[in-house]
Amino acid sequence: MTTTDLGATAEVSQGLDNPLEIAGVTFTSRLIVGTGKYTTNQVMVDAIRASGAEMVTVAVRRVDLDRTREEAILHHLNPEEFFLLANTAGCHTAEDAIRYARLARAAGFNEFVKLEVIGDDETLLPDVQATIEAAQTLADEGFKVMAYTNDDLITALRLEDVGCVAVMPLASPIGSGLGVVNPYFIREIKRRLEVPIIVDAGVGTASDACLTMEQGVDGVLMNTALAAAKDPVRMAHAMKAATIAGRLAFLAGRMKSREIAVPSSPEVGMLD
Amino acid sequence: MSSAEQIQVRLNGKDRDITFGHTVQSLLETIEINPLAVVVELNKQILDRDRYSDFDIREGDTIEVVHFVGGG
Repeated sequence: MTTTDLGATAEVSQGLDNPLEIAGVTFTSRLIVGTGKYTTNQVMVDAIRASGAEMVTVAVRRVDLDRTREEAILHHLNPEEFFLLANTAGCHTAEDAIRYARLARAAGFNEFVKLEVIGDDETLLPDVQATIEAAQTLADEGFKVMAYTNDDLITALRLEDVGCVAVMPLASPIGSGLGVVNPYFIREIKRRLEVPIIVDAGVGTASDACLTMEQGVDGVLMNTALAAAKDPVRMAHAMKAATIAGRLAFLAGRMKSREIAVPSSPEVGMLD
Repeated sequence: MSSAEQIQVRLNGKDRDITFGHTVQSLLETIEINPLAVVVELNKQILDRDRYSDFDIREGDTIEVVHFVGGG
């Protein structure tokens, strides 16, 4: 088992929570963050460090041979400091996603891939049939597939069946910031699957991350919520706290809610 | 064919004339790309980094040079 010893949170070291384990790799942070859309690379690095995330997503793209952009992410992010999770973002077919995953693996960091096959450009919702097909092929090739999918239980079960090491249902559409639109289905997916469930996409602010983790899922993945905040570094601190808060609240087990008031102070011993 | 002859290849989506006689390794050096920082696909076949010198570039080849960029 590989253990990343970076960004260890107090919650794990104090025994309040277990580390997140995905396919034999353990992470003390349950927050996974993207590296896209930041205004500057320095803000990105500062925000990622503030988030406490150990796993970060990256995309595979052509090198700009005209050098009009400085875009190579590894000039800014030390791959020994962060666990790189390459994605197949932008792919619309199983064939393309498989191609991008193979290119990512050839970079030589790890066998993990965030599988994403887009089915519709307006909503960026996943093509679940193509996702299952690509997941099967990649898992058979030895990839550790973390599959982005919608909040559909049956698709999630199929993705687990074909060998995904984590299933990542969306909270709401990518980049929407709408938060968890269907907590019930997220809970059902968590209840029925054995692999880690990482809610991926749609988180907008700290309460969304907290509410997501309160559903009992294993982690949360976000990009735009940090990158598009007015102050990404401060938001990263907030997301770190919210992810921990939601996780601990889930583990603690909340009180039953009821629609009548119950006093917190004794009713006996009052003065005449 | 003499070594001064030009061939046309498709490199990262653009047609380019390059000198005949390049390997993938020498082409990357010519365009000032660190071979260790990229992954190369030649006609949709991903190449092992330590074998770039084994692959000759031929007329009409499609070459993709990719790397990691920011993404979610």
